[in-house]
Amino acid sequence: MSDPIIKFDKVVKRFGDLTVLDALDFEVMRGEKVSIIGPSGSGKSTVLRILMTLEGIDGGLVTVGGEPLWHEPGPDGLRPASEAHLRKMRAQLGMVFQQFNLFPHMTVLRNITEAPVKVLGLSKADAKLRAEELLERVGLADQAQKYPHQLSGGQQQRVGIARALAMRPSILLFDEPTSALDPELVGEVLNVIGQLAEEHDLTMLLVTHEMRFAREISDRVCFFDQGQIREEGTPEELFSDPNEDRTREFLKAVLD
Amino acid sequence: MQWTDYISPLMQGAWVTVQLTVFSTILGAVLAFVFGIGKLSSNWAFRAISVAYIEVFRGTSLLVQLFWLYFALPLAGTAMGIDLRLPPVLAGVLALGLNIGAYGAEVVRGAIAAVHQDQHEAARALNFSARQTLWGIVIPQAIPEMMPSFGNLAVQNLKDTALVSLISLGDLTFRAEQIRNFTQDSTTIYSMLLVMYFGMALVLTAIMRGLERYATRWRTARS
Ligand SMILES: Nc1ncnc2c1ncn2[C@@H]1O[C@H](COP(=O)(O)OP(=O)(O)O)[C@@H](O)[C@H]1O
Ligand SMILES: [Mg+2]
Repeated sequence: MSDPIIKFDKVVKRFGDLTVLDALDFEVMRGEKVSIIGPSGSGKSTVLRILMTLEGIDGGLVTVGGEPLWHEPGPDGLRPASEAHLRKMRAQLGMVFQQFNLFPHMTVLRNITEAPVKVLGLSKADAKLRAEELLERVGLADQAQKYPHQLSGGQQQRVGIARALAMRPSILLFDEPTSALDPELVGEVLNVIGQLAEEHDLTMLLVTHEMRFAREISDRVCFFDQGQIREEGTPEELFSDPNEDRTREFLKAVLD
Repeated sequence: MQWTDYISPLMQGAWVTVQLTVFSTILGAVLAFVFGIGKLSSNWAFRAISVAYIEVFRGTSLLVQLFWLYFALPLAGTAMGIDLRLPPVLAGVLALGLNIGAYGAEVVRGAIAAVHQDQHEAARALNFSARQTLWGIVIPQAIPEMMPSFGNLAVQNLKDTALVSLISLGDLTFRAEQIRNFTQDSTTIYSMLLVMYFGMALVLTAIMRGLERYATRWRTARS
C-alpha cells in the first residue's frame, strides 16, 4: 500500500494546562474519505486546524504528502517551520468552516476568484472560468453577483466549498460544515459533499454529527474521545458493532 | 459699510479654510492608516514609533503643536544651522494633519482589530500572504467601521482650522477679525462667521456620508 498522505505521529497539542491532543497517532491514505466523530471538546477541530496550519503543535510530528508540516529540515535535524515552508505546504490543503467564513465585502464570484488570482497567479479570465464551473457544480451558477449576506446559509456553505475547491487542494477538510445550518438546508450541502466524495483523488477529512451521512460516504470512521482515537473502522464496523463502551454510549446519545 | 460688503473678504477667507481642511484631512487620513496599522505591526520599531506619535499628538494641544511648528522649529533649525522656517499654510496643514492623524490612527487600529478572527483564518486557509490579508480582506471590512468616526474627525478638523488665524494665516476667522477691527460690527460679522462655518460643516458631513455609503455598499446590496 502507498504511504499515507496525512500522518500524525505522537502529536501533542496543549492550550495552557489543557492537553487537547495527547500523543495522537493518526493516518489517512491518499484519496481516502475519513469521517471524524466524537463528543464536543474531544479535539476534532484541533486536528483539522493543525493540518490547515491554524494551530501549531507542542510535540510529535505531522507529515503531509510525506513532508513534515510544522517542521522543516535544518542543519542539525528538524527545526520549526518558517512561514515560507507553511505557505508551500498549505497549498495542498483546503478547508470548509462551520461558520462558512466567506468574505462579506466580496461578491460570490470574487470570493472564489480572489485567491486563485492573487495566490496562484491565475489570470482573471481563467479564474472566472474556474469559478463559474464550480458554481455550476454546487448549483449556484445564477448567484455569482450576489453578496454572501444575500444568500441562505446552505447557499453560503456551498460557496465556501467552491471557494476551497478553486485552489485545487488534494486534501479537503470539513469542520462540521452543516452544524450552523437550519435543518431544511442541511441536505443541499451534504449533496454537494457527497458528490465530492465520489472523486477518486481527493482526500477528505470530515468532522460531522451527521451519522447517517458519514456512514454513507466514508471509507473509515474515527471516534475521537479526549484527544485520542478511541476506536476506528469501516462505517459498518463502527456504527453496527462498536467494540468500545464509550463509542456505544456516544452513538446511542446522538442517534436517539 | 453693509453686511454685503463683508461677503467678498469672508469668502476669500473661507476658501483658505476649505483648502486647509481638505489638505490636512487627507494628510491626517494617510497618517491614520500608517500609524494605526503600525500600532498593530509585528515589527517592534514600527510599533514603538506609532505609539509615540499617537500619544504625543493626542497628549498635547493643537495650539501648542501649531506654535511649536511655526515658531519653535525654525529656532531649533537655526541652532542646528538649517532653515526650518515653514510658510504659514504648510505649518497649518502639518499641525492640523498630524493632530487629526493621531486621533484617526486610534480609529483605524480599533477597526482593524475588530475584524473577526474567522476572516483571518479563512484568508490563511486560502494561502493569502499577511499583506494580501491586510489590504484585501481586513481593511475593506474595517473601513465601514471607521467612517462614522472619520466623519466626526473631519468636522472637528474644520472647526480646528480657526486656530491657524493665530499664526496670521488668512483663513475665515482671521478675515472676520480683520473686518471686525475695522468696523466694530461684531454682531453681524460673528453671525455671518457662524453661518459660514455651519454651512461648510454641513457640506463636509454630506461628503463624508457619501464616502461612507460608498465604503459600505456591499452591506446594503439588495437582491
Ligand atoms: N484557542 C483555544 N484556546 C484554549 N482552549 C481551546 C482553544 N481551542 C480549543 N480549545 C479547547 O480544546 C478542546 C478541544 O477543542 P476542539 O478541537 O475544538 O474540540 P471539538 O472540535 O472536538 O469540539 C476543547 O476543550 C476546547 O475548549
Ligand atoms: Mg469542533
